[in-house]
Amino acid sequence: MTDAAKDKTLQHSSVQQEAGKPARSQWRDIWDQFKSHRGALFGGCLFLLICLGVIVGPYVYWNDAQFVPTGRDFIKLRDMRPIYHMLWDPSAKMDWAYPLGTDNLGRDTLARLMFGGRVSLAVGMAAMILALLLGSFVGVIAGYFKKLDGLLMRLTDLFLALPLLPMILVAAVLFRESLSKSIGPEGGVFVLIVCLIGITSWMPTARIVRGDVLAIKEREFVLAARSIGTKPRSIISRHILPNVLSPIMVSATLGIATAIITESALSFLGFGFPPDFPTWGRLLNDAVDRMTLFPERVLWPGILISLTVLSVNYLGDGLRDALDPRIRGR
Amino acid sequence: MLTFTIRRLILSVPTLLFISLVIFMLLELAPGDPMAQVPLTVPPEVKEKMREALGLGQPAHIRFWKWLVQFFWIEPQVLIDHYFGTTFSAGDLRVISWQTRSPVMDIVIQRMPQTLWVVGTAYVVAILIALPIGIYSAYRQYSWFDQMGTFVSMVGFSVPPFFSGVLVIVIFSVQLGWFPSIYDTTLVVDSWDSFVKQLQQMIMPVMVLALQITAQLSRFMRASMLDNLNQDYVRTARAKGLSEYVVVMVHVLRNSMIPVVTVIALGIPSIFGGAIITEQVFKVNGIGQLLIGAIQANDLPMVQTLTFIFAVLIVLFNLIADVLYGILDPRIRYD
Repeated sequence: MTDAAKDKTLQHSSVQQEAGKPARSQWRDIWDQFKSHRGALFGGCLFLLICLGVIVGPYVYWNDAQFVPTGRDFIKLRDMRPIYHMLWDPSAKMDWAYPLGTDNLGRDTLARLMFGGRVSLAVGMAAMILALLLGSFVGVIAGYFKKLDGLLMRLTDLFLALPLLPMILVAAVLFRESLSKSIGPEGGVFVLIVCLIGITSWMPTARIVRGDVLAIKEREFVLAARSIGTKPRSIISRHILPNVLSPIMVSATLGIATAIITESALSFLGFGFPPDFPTWGRLLNDAVDRMTLFPERVLWPGILISLTVLSVNYLGDGLRDALDPRIRGR
Repeated sequence: MLTFTIRRLILSVPTLLFISLVIFMLLELAPGDPMAQVPLTVPPEVKEKMREALGLGQPAHIRFWKWLVQFFWIEPQVLIDHYFGTTFSAGDLRVISWQTRSPVMDIVIQRMPQTLWVVGTAYVVAILIALPIGIYSAYRQYSWFDQMGTFVSMVGFSVPPFFSGVLVIVIFSVQLGWFPSIYDTTLVVDSWDSFVKQLQQMIMPVMVLALQITAQLSRFMRASMLDNLNQDYVRTARAKGLSEYVVVMVHVLRNSMIPVVTVIALGIPSIFGGAIITEQVFKVNGIGQLLIGAIQANDLPMVQTLTFIFAVLIVLFNLIADVLYGILDPRIRYD
């Protein structure tokens, strides 16, 4: 046996050894990397917990968010303090049936927080999905078709040069009436806010996706696909989109965070949902007038907004590290 | 460089025109009626007269053109007249607010100092805090200081100004009673006492704004320093026997400041936009509050002008950032 042949058999056996190890899928690697980022794991758990509490909570909890007591009940139930007040002020008005107290109309704070969380998270998710669809569409089209690239990127630059918050505020006021009439007061505002946030936050995604598509378009597997006559549409859907999934996922998490903050800011400034339809921002806004007497009503919605956004930001941070093959495995 | 600057300046004209068109069309297509608040008892023909008096009688393109002329031709003339005592703009119609019936730009000029004081101070404070934090966390990467910095900037990203503002009001003015919760615009600083008062009322809004800006800037500074610390020229500098202070503070810092300076320039207009919420929380009588009030009162000329001023600021500082980048970094030559 010559040396070369020996080498070959050796190589062969080592390859077999490699193959003999249990196969590890890509997602398993990603999960392992994600697990090693403690902040991301914590953020992910916290976000899941908040989502779960907000979705399941109202079914388990005994008080109704919309219930307004009348007559004697109103006086008896209004302005209740949270039960932890017992620690330093046992004489305060409180009741175990209302763990976080009630507001000045006697509505239960915890129930309203859970209801408001549903709305805030729903707006955040829906706006994120809209922004993601728009952003990926523009990014992929601009990256893949050279003719449209210049035009679409100029459009992106123009959108980035718009003063977004003032324009969202203006549009939220101007279009509210007509949408409320056609879809109903809550649904109309929901659609309006989701559309406004979605339309004004797709630009970063589009830029990132375009950059990645430009790089992937030049790779051999795309050339191979094109040389066997694959249509552009299926090249995009089969070969390019799966490869730009990771930046899209990262901007999805960051998109939820900005959408929640923008929605809360709108509600806080009084341009969001109607007053009887609580969101976290609206609850915060309602409580500001009486925060000297009842600071807890300001603190809880604010803490929930901040915690959600913080957890989503950490989640995105970990996801970015986990999905980047250059960092993974180090 | 000069040709690049001129080209960018010329290119920004169509951008601004397009943005002004977008803003105009947004207000135009909106179904809201500026006459909605007029009592129903007013007869329709009087209402029609009122619409014409507000300049709503003509078709859209003529009104757009008139607004452009007023904003770009007549208002600068008014400014020149104001400074040099000339009479270019005598008799010309200016952009009039529907709320106060006085020229929009006069109100903007009245409101400007408050915004500039609060936002400008916050920006300077944030830069002064963020740069050292960024430098030190990059120099001692993954130390406890760096971890703390990462966490604090994460919090700064996540806590929205309408919560951090309310939080500092609860802590510092309700519980501790140190600072006033409302910004008093009428305060005239002419003695030591009033100066202290001015400082006290500025601390909280500046703190809230500075937290946000610091979070972003320190992250950016850190990343930029980290990029440069591993470069070959740093090793060369150390091999030459330069002291560590000179290596970091002269060689590395000067190179890492290039992107940071452009980010600082880019952030200035967004601070005007972000200050809307902070101004609302602390009742600072500035540009942001003017915009909110104008939107609520359906004062379209005011809203249009203010939004457009924000847009001009964004385009202007984008241009400044691009030019600065070219001047600071000799590797980048645009032509």
